[in-house]
Amino acid sequence: MKPASFKYVAASSLDHALALKAEHGDEARFLAGGQSLIPAMNFRLARPSVLVDINALTGLAGIDHSETGQVRVGALTRYRALERDRDFLTSCPLFADALPHIAHPQIRNRGTIGGNLSHADPASELPALAVAMQADMRIRSAAGGRTVAASDFFAGLLTTDLASDEMLVDITFPVLAPRSGACFMEIARRRGDFAIAGAAAIVTLDEERRCTSVRLALCGVGETPVDASAATSLMIGSRVTGEAIDAVAAGVRELIAPSGNVHASPDYQRHVAGVLVQRAIRTAHQRISHAA
Amino acid sequence: MQPDHHEIELTVNGTHYRRTVESRLLLCDFLRHELGLAGTHVGCEHGVCGACTILLDGDPVRSCLMLAVQANGHTLATVEGLAPAGGELHPLQQAMHAHHGLQCGYCTPGILMTMTAYLTEHPSPSEDEVREALSGNLCRCTGYQNIVDAMMDAAARMREAP
Repeated sequence: MKPASFKYVAASSLDHALALKAEHGDEARFLAGGQSLIPAMNFRLARPSVLVDINALTGLAGIDHSETGQVRVGALTRYRALERDRDFLTSCPLFADALPHIAHPQIRNRGTIGGNLSHADPASELPALAVAMQADMRIRSAAGGRTVAASDFFAGLLTTDLASDEMLVDITFPVLAPRSGACFMEIARRRGDFAIAGAAAIVTLDEERRCTSVRLALCGVGETPVDASAATSLMIGSRVTGEAIDAVAAGVRELIAPSGNVHASPDYQRHVAGVLVQRAIRTAHQRISHAA
Repeated sequence: MQPDHHEIELTVNGTHYRRTVESRLLLCDFLRHELGLAGTHVGCEHGVCGACTILLDGDPVRSCLMLAVQANGHTLATVEGLAPAGGELHPLQQAMHAHHGLQCGYCTPGILMTMTAYLTEHPSPSEDEVREALSGNLCRCTGYQNIVDAMMDAAARMREAP
């Protein structure tokens, strides 16, 4: 037995789970896929006194395409389900690029989108996707609910805007707009390992193929996902050129302040991030179909 | 803190079990120590190596990243269930044997459980796809080449005799 002792409760309803969290606060943790929490407990980096298992709350899982222009994904939806939903991958193509980078198939069979985003690992892909796509995070507590923009959700290293009595219950992603292309790329030391750097880009053109919007977010190069969209302002209003993309990459290298790790110095991370930004924007642009 | 115990019921390789477990007991340790199914190996105990991979309701998962209490009501498969005792080996096991896909064998049960599920879902994979599917199982002996050869052969065997 690796984890320290705790009291395990299988929540019978969302209200039950939220009531337990309201009662125990930071001493309690929600157990969803467990693919980050259980390792942390095995290392005893996490020692919750109460573990609230929400895996039976199937109402928290699922991908809802019913509303035009957006897709709502329940927090308990596993990566496995996202990977196998073709409509979702078409509507939100950044996921088609990013999901294969998330650990390994066995992990993706258990891990959940809500658990990933609530864990807020700075090297993780999905927080950067949520920021790039301008997702909305719906949050519940026993006292009520609220919605937070992804850009306001990630507060710091492994830290979110969630209060001790709150749960992320679903995430709404805007579907890819017409005349838009998206691309996510990352570099990791090994397949499935933590990213040295990653970049998500969404490029939108007008009918004259002039750029109307570029969304750009990075993972692995700061304590939170980095919204680098401001660095793309020089692309807006013009056709996409190699020079403009190079200038954006240079701007991103100025903008970020990676801390370095055992696999990569800060300078190397900054270099890789710039290269990934160039390639991701270029690929996103190439993927735009005029037929769309 | 007082030990926190729960009664669980589950099916492993077709056999129904009812046990009382402490909540902090990992599923891999439950399988090995409580049920005596020591074919599931324990390597890193934080989800990286893949040695402890089992099937949970048909899908490969890390049994070191689940609590035994979470398996309550579920159907599990471990390497012991792949072939009947004394009977013919599973095509994947036959291919691993034929291609010398193991040396020390520590990673083998996890690879077998990962790949039986994978080949059932993807009967005609490319070699690159097999390598991708194997990416969550570390082998420190073979360099993977013989494992990949075994998987390509096993896929062919399984296509012929489903």
